[in-house]
Amino acid sequence: MADTEGLQRTVLHDLHLDLGGKMVPFAGYEMPVQFKPGVMAEHLHTRAHAGLFDVSHMGQVILRGDGAAAALERLVPVDVQGLAAGRQRYAMFTDDRGGILDDLMVANRGDHLFLVVNAACKDADIAHMRAHLDGVTVTPVTDRALIALQGPQATAVLAALVPGVADMRFMDVATHAWDGAELWVSRSGYTGEDGFEISVPEARAGALARALLARPEVAPIGLGARDSLRLEAGLCLYGNDITRDTTPVEAALGWAIQKVRRRGGAREGGFPGAGVILRQLEDGPARRRVGLRPEGRAPMRAGTVLFADEAATEPLGTVTSGAYGPSIEGPMSMGYLPAALAAPGTRVFGELRGRRHPAQVVDLPFRPPGYRK
Amino acid sequence: MKYTEEHEWLRVEGDLVVVGITEHAAEQLGDVVFVELPELETQVAKGDEVCVIESVKAASDILAPCDGEIVAVNEALPDTPALVNEDPTGDGWFFKMKLDDMSVLDGFMSEDEYKDFIA
Repeated sequence: MADTEGLQRTVLHDLHLDLGGKMVPFAGYEMPVQFKPGVMAEHLHTRAHAGLFDVSHMGQVILRGDGAAAALERLVPVDVQGLAAGRQRYAMFTDDRGGILDDLMVANRGDHLFLVVNAACKDADIAHMRAHLDGVTVTPVTDRALIALQGPQATAVLAALVPGVADMRFMDVATHAWDGAELWVSRSGYTGEDGFEISVPEARAGALARALLARPEVAPIGLGARDSLRLEAGLCLYGNDITRDTTPVEAALGWAIQKVRRRGGAREGGFPGAGVILRQLEDGPARRRVGLRPEGRAPMRAGTVLFADEAATEPLGTVTSGAYGPSIEGPMSMGYLPAALAAPGTRVFGELRGRRHPAQVVDLPFRPPGYRK
Repeated sequence: MKYTEEHEWLRVEGDLVVVGITEHAAEQLGDVVFVELPELETQVAKGDEVCVIESVKAASDILAPCDGEIVAVNEALPDTPALVNEDPTGDGWFFKMKLDDMSVLDGFMSEDEYKDFIA
């Protein structure tokens, strides 16, 4: 058994145990890595039906204050002021070198901003915002769980309990009522599927999760399948694919930086590392995050070193995430390569157990997403 | 059938020993997605890493349980690694060995002893 001393538990801990979850330490929490069916079956179930994920370990934060959106723009390279009420977008905190401190979701919930940040970074993120957002009240939400329901049947399942969600578009956020509880719902997720993330008062989280799990379409899904689902969808894992040593442009996340924050935009720059990031947007980065499909069956996992050919002595880059993709039925990796070698179709070699194996650079995602725009 | 502390099973077949991983090991590993088999006719020593298996979770090595020669490998595994999960003690076998000394088998666990070992 994994050592779980000193770890925090989410409010759904007892439910995970009742469901046979195999608990492991993750980002300071004791979380289910899988349930009885296992990673492969859970992954495929989510793609075919609907999967329920406990993501309560993630940080939920409210920002209030007249200038909250303008203030947050001092820390992220995205257009927050232009984000309409009821909408959410992807963002990242950057540092002075253009590196990524964390990635996050920002929602405009009318009279406040609602942020969801990574579990491992949440304390640092909150301190960072409190230090730099003058006139803004930064309030961690500590009395709510966060549940994700993902998959092609997620909407039908959730709409049976909460009818209003069927009208939401991808990346909409809204408040809905369920059995007297106030839910903060976004139509989003991190699996490449249609679905929802639901912030629910802790006292009602178990009841909501059990009501969803009572539906035959819904199965509980652990962190193992969450990882293979997000990787197939080409989505970055903070700490692996994006870190303080990678910029948003190198990470191929330039799409998240709107025109208004780029050179010549009305609110150009003004965020940490803007010099580096805006220059890379115009001139192109020296290296880029790419998708890789190994030609053989052996997965190239994080840390696999990449070379130009079988004899090269100088590495080109490193794999930052790699696993078997149950839906694409083969191995898949993401990693960084020099920009000149980042075009799809380029062949590189990954070194596994002393031998070099070929892999092709491919477009991301590995599998087309099922989002409902 | 005999069992090792590395969760391998050994089945005597004439003058050969068939080697695979136990149901318990297969369950712990999760879905196996890749198997690399040893080369035929190689002499191996107890504890040598002779196979690589990768599951959805991680890579692990299969160790030679005894000194001897690899005389057969399960050619079906590289294309159908799921056999390891579906039938770990049957169609999911890994390789056959000719042992230098068959008497070393007496030193391994019986089925009851292995059940206690994993309990």
